[in-house]
Amino acid sequence: MALSPSPTSDPHGHYLALVQRKRLYGGLTLAIFVLMMVSGFMLADSRNAGGFWSGLPQIFDFPADVLADTATKLHLLPEHLVRYFPALLETINIAAASTLIGAALALILSLLATRGLALWPRAIPVFRRIMDIMRAVPEIVIALVLIFVLGGGPVPAMIAIAFHTTGALGKLFSEVNENADLKPVEGLTSVGASWLQRMWLGVVPQVSPNYFSYALLRFEINIRASAILGFVGAGGIGYELKNAMSWGKGRFDEAAAIFILLFLTIVVFDQLSSHVRGRLIHKGGH
Amino acid sequence: MADAAIYQQAERLFLGKRIMAFGLPLLVLAYLGYIFFAFDLPGLAQRARWDHAQTLLSDTYSYKTHVTRDNRTGEVAAAIEGERKGQYPGNTVPGWVTREGDETRVDLGRGNVVEFLPGNGLRYDVPGFGPIEARVEGREIVTNLGADVPDWISVSGTRLAITTEAGRVSLTRSRTEVFRYFLGWELFFFTLDSPYHGHSLPEILFGAQIDPARSNLAGAWHDFWKNDMWHHADVAWALFETVLMAFLGTFGAAIVALPVAFLAARNFTPLGPLRFAMRRMFDFLRGVDGLIWTIVLSRAFGPGPLTGSLAILLTDTGSFGKMFSEALENVDRKQIEGVSSTGANAAQRYRFGVIPQIMPVLLSQVLYFLESNTRSATIIGAITGGGIGLLLTQAMITQKDWEEVTYYIILVVLMVMVMDSVSGWLRRRLIQGDA
Repeated sequence: MALSPSPTSDPHGHYLALVQRKRLYGGLTLAIFVLMMVSGFMLADSRNAGGFWSGLPQIFDFPADVLADTATKLHLLPEHLVRYFPALLETINIAAASTLIGAALALILSLLATRGLALWPRAIPVFRRIMDIMRAVPEIVIALVLIFVLGGGPVPAMIAIAFHTTGALGKLFSEVNENADLKPVEGLTSVGASWLQRMWLGVVPQVSPNYFSYALLRFEINIRASAILGFVGAGGIGYELKNAMSWGKGRFDEAAAIFILLFLTIVVFDQLSSHVRGRLIHKGGH
Repeated sequence: MADAAIYQQAERLFLGKRIMAFGLPLLVLAYLGYIFFAFDLPGLAQRARWDHAQTLLSDTYSYKTHVTRDNRTGEVAAAIEGERKGQYPGNTVPGWVTREGDETRVDLGRGNVVEFLPGNGLRYDVPGFGPIEARVEGREIVTNLGADVPDWISVSGTRLAITTEAGRVSLTRSRTEVFRYFLGWELFFFTLDSPYHGHSLPEILFGAQIDPARSNLAGAWHDFWKNDMWHHADVAWALFETVLMAFLGTFGAAIVALPVAFLAARNFTPLGPLRFAMRRMFDFLRGVDGLIWTIVLSRAFGPGPLTGSLAILLTDTGSFGKMFSEALENVDRKQIEGVSSTGANAAQRYRFGVIPQIMPVLLSQVLYFLESNTRSATIIGAITGGGIGLLLTQAMITQKDWEEVTYYIILVVLMVMVMDSVSGWLRRRLIQGDA
């Protein structure tokens, strides 16, 4: 009774008790969270090959080596930049192609998985599950399997990223579709349009700005993904980076060139996509 | 005429739309055509190793048991997948192999019987084809096959290999070997040296005590968990390590980014240059990207989960910093004014005026990242050497344990889906539950 007085007889006491309980729960949650963070870091530290505190002073050793190697061979840098540019282009191409393919598949899947638009309404849960599974598969899993079958190169990475992109964009697209106005679809139905015509002429024009904005964001994510997949054997700039890293100390100037290219690409596309998306949102009047 | 102008404008609009409607798909198609040749897709069909795909696929749902005779000593041994860990202990053989003196009879099922004859001979009765006999004579392999053999048999002076639906037989000077294929994953629960091998679950749970030294449940659990072939305990630990990397990285980044985001928000930091510096720092952290952070950090800290956590932490500090500062710029001033009108100090103004406004946005962003970082942690683990990503790449490199690869893939997908549900559940609980 002391902790929760009846609300009618003593509203003030009841309120204070509620506040107290809320604070207690909040405090407990916070304490558990802090405990998890601290013990987690300690566990990760103990499982790491080198400890955090012993490694901390060395954190700038590698960047310093790279800078030193680059500084002594600064005249070679433009040449390296030009040499690795085709690999960079391949990385961007992997990202662009997989975004396009993934977006096209996501468009179809998302229309099939949206209530009110689906061609087979009973199959909606099936298509949703398919998208969930496609989204859950990390790119590296498919990339590694495909590298084993198809050999190294850009194609395994493209397929792997496109697969994941389909699932990720499919979910976002179907959320956009849910908000689409059904009146144009009804109008097209009344004149006897087929499902494909209803979707292409009735739904896609409404949702395409949002689709475009999501696809652009995905493209930016996919550039990072295709660079990282290159490092495990699929072509592009990541593969070159892995090779350049293996030259070892004293020859990091090539790695430096790749770092510069990769960094600039990511920053440029990041800024570009956020600029374009910003304009799209303001134009759309949201 | 105003009408004419409107018509003209409409015409132009239609024309523009028409060009867009046809031009854009055309442009995409043209680009994909360029990709088709730039990535050398026509040449890919030749480079692709379909035999690899076949072993990979068949390995995912079946395993093989090798029965091998050493042709020099005459010893016969059976081993699952031909591995030492899967060897039948002592001189025992599976039930479908019978031994009488120098002769060994291997029943491959469906009427296929292979016999190891004395004097390094081999006899395989293939249904619908007839018996194949072969023998090592001196340095040569002699068979009863003519010059014209079907394509499922390959024969040369030093090697005979027969592949049928039931299994595979090979004979060389040094050894005679038979593979029999079975459905499923071999020894998934217990290895052959465990007393619980071959017992069903009800037998273990309710049956008589199998190992006198241990209770059934404890012993079975121990043998399963420490299974020498599948290493269930290590796999579980690797999964945990991956989730740990994602958890520490995501929440660590949120904790670091929150105070710094105030410095990058226009309405909290009037000092322009400081704001600019903070924003460029966020851009830098994001632009360097997880890959480069992983490489740089693993040089300092060595391989392991801490390196992966810190790489995620650094990249996401950039992303969160940008998002949080944008959320902060959108806070409602009135709520802060209201709190300060009650005489609240600076800390109280932030705690009661600002944090409650941005908390839902902030939490939902962080939880979204938690799920996607579980996937990133798998990849980063493959590079820096930690978690399930490392196990996956290691299993792939050996190029034979595809059933293990399948097992890991299923676990990774399940892990990501579980993290997705957990983060979705937390999002609903924390954001809507508060309201």
